[in-house]
Amino acid sequence: MKLPIYLDYNATTPTDPRVVEAMLPYFTEIFGNAASRNHSFGWTAEDAVGKARDLVGEAIGATGKEIVFTSGATESDNMAILGVAEFYRDKGRHIITSPIEHKAVVDPYHALEQKGYEITFLDVDEHGRIDLKQLESSIRKDTVLVSLMAGNNEIGTLNPLREIGRITRDHGVLFHCDATQGVGKIPIDVDEMNIDLLSMTAHKIYGPKGIGALYARRKKPRVRISPIMFGGGHERGFRSGTLNVTGIVGFGKAIELAMEEMASEAERQIGLRQQMYKRFTDELDYVFLNGHPTERLPNNLNLSFGYVEGESLMMGISDIAVSSGSACTSASLEPSYVLRSLGVGDDLAHSSIRFGFGRFSTMEEVNYAADKVIEAVKRLREMSPLYEMVQEGIDLSTVSWTSH
Amino acid sequence: MAYSNKVIDHYNDPKNVGSFTKDEEGVGTGLVGAPECGDVMKLQIKVEKDRIVDAKFKTFGCGSAIASSSLATEWVKGKSVDEAMAIENTEIVEELSLPPVKIHCSVLAEDAIKAAINDYKNRNGLESPKA
Repeated sequence: MKLPIYLDYNATTPTDPRVVEAMLPYFTEIFGNAASRNHSFGWTAEDAVGKARDLVGEAIGATGKEIVFTSGATESDNMAILGVAEFYRDKGRHIITSPIEHKAVVDPYHALEQKGYEITFLDVDEHGRIDLKQLESSIRKDTVLVSLMAGNNEIGTLNPLREIGRITRDHGVLFHCDATQGVGKIPIDVDEMNIDLLSMTAHKIYGPKGIGALYARRKKPRVRISPIMFGGGHERGFRSGTLNVTGIVGFGKAIELAMEEMASEAERQIGLRQQMYKRFTDELDYVFLNGHPTERLPNNLNLSFGYVEGESLMMGISDIAVSSGSACTSASLEPSYVLRSLGVGDDLAHSSIRFGFGRFSTMEEVNYAADKVIEAVKRLREMSPLYEMVQEGIDLSTVSWTSH
Repeated sequence: MAYSNKVIDHYNDPKNVGSFTKDEEGVGTGLVGAPECGDVMKLQIKVEKDRIVDAKFKTFGCGSAIASSSLATEWVKGKSVDEAMAIENTEIVEELSLPPVKIHCSVLAEDAIKAAINDYKNRNGLESPKA
């Protein structure tokens, strides 16, 4: 077993060596511009792009023609949201989303609010699930778009995409799904789920960084979006800019592998997740699960270790890479807005750690990491005034704290 | 975030972790911060003849908060009450090379020292200094 151990697969993944191998020729021998229509260099590049486009489309039950390559999911989200808002502005300026979407969705919506659009942020329950009845009752005549993610990047909670799609289709509203954390991990079919726009990225599924895609439905209904990037008219005018052929080839290979291995990997990673959770709950007290107990991404475990601050815990497990919702790990000094939206108290948000498992994670690594975390939590609780007070039977909510 | 070596040293080997019984003679207890802010420090001093002979702390917070309070207990030991009262957070910042986002940890440590001294004075009917 090699140290350090990477358990932050919800942040990014290493590029699979099989993906790198597929990409290599496209740096040197097959370097053509896919938009060069008049020579073989361009044609071979375009062929490779076409094959990858089909693979990406097939993975979500769509066709290659409905795939627009982008620089990643952030661009895809911006393109879908700003593009739909602009194109359908005369039809309506009301959009529905949730407060726990990724910043790449939340922030474009805040930008639209400044321009006079009205955004409804649905309530989420303590697990991060929306209320379908509230979704339906929030739809108005001027609603043009609903954005809801497949799986949450922090807490792993899955949205009921099929049920959401049924509601949006019944009401003739477009459904945009940020599936950055879902594609290649859980089954997604845009037709069965009535998804009209879907954002994805390669680097979460063992592909390279800097390449992603937006699915935009071509039929029933045909989705129209105004471009946010202008230029040579690439990607049917949706997104100008010379295609990142190497990245696209890598994305195609990565998604092909992810789909082949999805079922077996999901089962294996759920096993790793359950083992880690069991170790913690068997050997520590005051361990709280964030997110939904069962409706969650197979590879995500988000926990709060009560009375231990997240950043100090990460410092104590320096050979294990995880992430925390603690304020101290962000520039803003605010704890995770996702955990806050769930009603997780700020004290427990400061104590949260996200474990992300992946293709290269092993049971040996999980047990080693569990040992280290348990040891660090015990040590930090020995020096935690809060843990001491709780042991003495003091109710922390009755203490008058000096906020600063 | 990169930590300074001194922060890492205090985190790995914190000085004076523990507690005195609060009503023990000569003990003053300071409890500052709030769980929802992500840091709480409890700093205790034991005073004999106006001199701090021992100090203990417990901290819920990031590595810099732990290091700041550990250092604070080191520094107050052996000082007179008035000398300890004069410790400023900027000295802690300098000693631990804290980056700007961690300055609040040093402020909290200074507050903890002052709160412990004030508690000691209150318990012993001594005059509290101006806040």
